[in-house]
Amino acid sequence: MSKLGKWSRRGFIAGGVVAGGGLVIGVALRQGDRRGDVISSVTTDGDELLNIWVKINEAGEITAIVPHSEMGQGAQTALAQMLADEMDAKWSDVGFEEAPATDDYANWALGKGFILGDAAVPEALVPTVDGAFYQVAKAMRLQITGGSASVRTTGLHGMRVAGAAAREMLIKAAAGKWQVAESELSASESVITHVASGRTATYAELASSAALFSPSPTPKLKDIADFKIMGKHVERHDIPSKVDGTAEFGIDAQVPGMQYAAIKAAPVFGSAVASIDSSKAEQRAGVTQVVNLGDAVAVVASGYWLAEQALKDVNVKWTKTSNDAVNTESMREQFRNDITNAAADGSSTSDVELGDFTKAFASAERVLEATYEVPFLAHACMEPMNATASVNGEMCEVWVGAQNPMGFRYEVATALELDPENVTIHQHFMGGGFGRRSIADSAIQAAMIARELGTPVKLIWSRAEDMQHDIYRPGVTSKFRAAVAANGEVLAWDNVYHEKHEPAEAPVIPYAITAQHIHHTDSPTHLPFGPWRSVDHSQHGFFTEAFFDEVAEAAGEDPYQLRRKLLADKPRHLKVLDLAAEKAGWGEPIAEGKGRGISLQESFGSLVAQVVDVTLAGGKIGVDRVVCAIDAGFAVSPDGLTAQMESGIIYGLSAAMYGEVSVENGAVQQTAFHDYPVTRMADSPVIETYILDSGEAMGGAGEPGTPGIAPALANAIYQATGTRVRKLPVSQYDFNYRIEETEELG
Amino acid sequence: MITFTLNGAEQSLDIDPNTPLLWAIRENLQLTGTKFGCGVAQCGACTVHLNGQAIRSCVTPLAAAQGSAVTTIEGLASAEGVMHPIQEAWVAEQVPQCGYCQSGQIMSAVALLEQNSNPDDAAINAAMSGNICRCGMYGRIRKAIKRAAGESVVGVFDPKANNPQEASNV
Repeated sequence: MSKLGKWSRRGFIAGGVVAGGGLVIGVALRQGDRRGDVISSVTTDGDELLNIWVKINEAGEITAIVPHSEMGQGAQTALAQMLADEMDAKWSDVGFEEAPATDDYANWALGKGFILGDAAVPEALVPTVDGAFYQVAKAMRLQITGGSASVRTTGLHGMRVAGAAAREMLIKAAAGKWQVAESELSASESVITHVASGRTATYAELASSAALFSPSPTPKLKDIADFKIMGKHVERHDIPSKVDGTAEFGIDAQVPGMQYAAIKAAPVFGSAVASIDSSKAEQRAGVTQVVNLGDAVAVVASGYWLAEQALKDVNVKWTKTSNDAVNTESMREQFRNDITNAAADGSSTSDVELGDFTKAFASAERVLEATYEVPFLAHACMEPMNATASVNGEMCEVWVGAQNPMGFRYEVATALELDPENVTIHQHFMGGGFGRRSIADSAIQAAMIARELGTPVKLIWSRAEDMQHDIYRPGVTSKFRAAVAANGEVLAWDNVYHEKHEPAEAPVIPYAITAQHIHHTDSPTHLPFGPWRSVDHSQHGFFTEAFFDEVAEAAGEDPYQLRRKLLADKPRHLKVLDLAAEKAGWGEPIAEGKGRGISLQESFGSLVAQVVDVTLAGGKIGVDRVVCAIDAGFAVSPDGLTAQMESGIIYGLSAAMYGEVSVENGAVQQTAFHDYPVTRMADSPVIETYILDSGEAMGGAGEPGTPGIAPALANAIYQATGTRVRKLPVSQYDFNYRIEETEELG
Repeated sequence: MITFTLNGAEQSLDIDPNTPLLWAIRENLQLTGTKFGCGVAQCGACTVHLNGQAIRSCVTPLAAAQGSAVTTIEGLASAEGVMHPIQEAWVAEQVPQCGYCQSGQIMSAVALLEQNSNPDDAAINAAMSGNICRCGMYGRIRKAIKRAAGESVVGVFDPKANNPQEASNV
């Protein structure tokens, strides 16, 4: 079973002299398994690399330059911790830069200048460094922040290797300087000490001589017991600027002479402009131009509000398409039919075939069946999509917050038929990403408008535009059957669904059920889909863990205890599950009208168990408390990991409670937060996070908190109300009705 | 011509008085700490103070600011650049993730504490539920407000005292 991207330390490590004397080390990694890539635009050949560079200058400042974006996940600080620890650097010496002006990076000559300044590279190193930069030029297209991968791939294989290699080179330099054995030296707080003689030298003093050694591709990494900075709480670098208003998000870009654009894209995906009457809009004060982009219309004005007002005056007729007949119900019907037919005629594709499931179902005392459904979901980032662009002849600049700056670069270049070398992406903070900012649509639009206009333009999507032209978490239907023996033994598990994307293992269950058939089929719709926090785990986590509780009931078992029983050979899973259950007080009596539900989810290399407590009041469900236990291998930044659990849980809770994108006549209906509600302060639960450092391979943080909340919630609701929530969001259920019905029946 | 004070400094803008205050602040006065989130007063990202009251600047016309004092996130620190105790509490609790909503959250929290120096959970819910945080940092925001309240924010910090012009207008 594939994990989300397998990374190896094949690749290279190179060293050189930095401008003014100092050390630079580059590490590049080769991705062994490309299936983790969720961004098709950057997946070309299979030989791209992920790179990091570390500089130590003569002042002793240590700077890591890393191709990962900050969207709030705190990865940049965690990565710096990993580097500093392996280097035995003083934490306050370590800084971090996001790979700047990416074309500089991707261009050998400019890149060499950026890193090395005017310094001469030792002749012996030239081929290596040239080769390294050549690889960088190719590699930076893989500058993606996603898949909860920053810390566990870049961090583990890049930052730690670079830090440890640098430390070894600094030790060698000191050994040479003092003519002593390397084994007699120790490093701490950016200083090398020769204990016997009491001599010391700072990293700043040693950097330029250290740069003359070749870095080891396999430096000795520290054991967890020796970590000094990893695993400790450090304040995030980016937070001060986010409390005083100075953090610059994409929407804050200021380019001299820029104008402002508002946009309306075809309400139905696949439709285009049939005719356009912009005369009224063009007469409005401040309006510069109305731009027809083919599948969208933009108004450019001297201010955004003026542009937005004028956009309402543009009379656009859109072409009819076959998608105009599609609505939410027709899509659901299609999904149900497609999976039912695929299962019946054997045309489905198997993810898992285990044991003789056909026989198991035939012989079972009881066969349980259930159909689960989740709706399409928008990302609803706080910062609506936007981009600022300037096109000057063959040159293009874009100011934007991107999860994938280099992918944006290539997409903008392709759309405008420019040489990618001539497209510069100025990366900004992202006001939420969650997968949405891996797609370059608004950047392309801004560049096209800017080219038409001849002056820089800032394009901002309205909230309605953001809701209606997302790349959605797909609506998915998933059918289950389970075979249960007379003695309660769970004999078989059958699951057929549609919409298989990434990660491949999302529908796989960890439980020791001897006969399993997990299979899928296609059921495409006209709505574009894309990565949404935890991707396919966001639906399968709900489906499998909620249905599992139904199976437990049929087997006459407590849902926690049945999980334990079927995880007997998985001690790591058990520990996480037990910790959450213990902290939540599982097994204590639950008052009437209250419910407690549990879930376990493995995703992105991390294990997460959640226990949710709910209260039923006035027919509505309130979520009181979420207890979360996570084993991500090792928490480099415990507070950062905790924050990611809190964030992932609230994001998943918003979707589970309220999230639904609906379609009528082919068009998405939602426009803002009244018809796409999200969790707010008053309905946010208390969240307790407990971290287990198992020391196993490092897992992700940004996404693993999300999938487990919906099933734990559904399982808690069942206890509180007797209703199985098989369809999200929860807000569509009227639990008052259910209670009355139960009373009548009783 | 609309004249008002922005973070204590007098400003005059000769633009359409119906322009939402948000865009006047961001585009005409180029203070970008105040954010656009929804444009329809549902998310709170655009929250600023108008004469000390937290308002949604995306639906407040510039004309409403005539003769008034407007305070944005950029105006919270003291003249010497010392952060407002709420901002310090936000750092101490490591509240922001993406950070986009935080200007609005902080402005709502400051207004709350100026009116209620020791808010309970219900008061925090009431004052803060108009501000959405998609990163879900509500628990940390709640803690940061309580931390700042515990440090007697109102007792030790009077933003108007740092801002004589604004105080005279209120």
